Amino acid sequence: MVLNCRHVWEYISGYLDNTLDEQTRLDVERHLEHCEICSAILDSTRNILILTADDRVFELPVGYSERLHARLQQTMIESPPPGHNDGGPDDGSVTPDGSSDG
Amino acid sequence: MQSPAKARDEAGLIADVLAGKTDVFHELIRPYERSVYLMALSMLRNEAEAEDVAQEAFIKAYRNLGRFRAEARFSTWLIAIALNEARARLRKKEPGLTDSMDDQDGAVVPAQLTDWREIPSETLERDEIRSIIRRALAALPLPYREVFVLRELEERNVKETAETLGITIASVKMRLHRARMMLQKQLAPQLASTTTTKRRRRFPWF
Repeated sequence: MVLNCRHVWEYISGYLDNTLDEQTRLDVERHLEHCEICSAILDSTRNILILTADDRVFELPVGYSERLHARLQQTMIESPPPGHNDGGPDDGSVTPDGSSDG
Repeated sequence: MQSPAKARDEAGLIADVLAGKTDVFHELIRPYERSVYLMALSMLRNEAEAEDVAQEAFIKAYRNLGRFRAEARFSTWLIAIALNEARARLRKKEPGLTDSMDDQDGAVVPAQLTDWREIPSETLERDEIRSIIRRALAALPLPYREVFVLRELEERNVKETAETLGITIASVKMRLHRARMMLQKQLAPQLASTTTTKRRRRFPWF
């Protein structure tokens, strides 16, 4: 089947993820061979996805890890230890199955 | 891509915490500090709030560790808790914002450039480039942003993404595709113009 550009744009993600069926993939490839615009769209999308997923785009705030572990430490001191609480209330609260408080 | 960190005995660490060695929780979560923060940040778009939500998510995970079921990956469970904390925070700020959306029709028309040149990842050393990308991500509508971040940044598969968000696999694919096209549309022209130094003309004598 001969695809026009708009069809090909709808298949870009599937093409990149390799989830298109064999025939569609071949049709897309045939189109890409002669269409400079769609080839550029495919290349730029692939390139942009690599850049976006790079760890350098988002940096952790300075001291984030230290503050997190300090707060967790505080929670561990103040709260009872987590235990198996199958069938407990599903509201995110901790079932008081241990009575050692302090 | 299997990172060496995955080789550790996570189930064993979880069992240790549940058996009372609570300090082991620090070690258990260390590889996921970044992904939990990233999930919160991409939703809230504010560093201080994201850090707060990340802390709350880890505390919730600690308190509810007994409810973790081994069918899921521990990292996916953590990210889901962060997502729910971030959604709750957003709902408080802007009720209605996190309501589910229809995947209505509406194809995204990508930016059509004929002279795209590969942008090397070293370009990310430039603040300007990083900030252009962050802004484009932040500008995605929330339902698309959630899917994009889970799939592309958190490296969750389609099924995990669908389960985390409570949507169908078809919706994940559709939203991911649109998010990618929106980013291409937004970023391709900006990146092309910001990273092009004076281009040498092919026929300088013309």
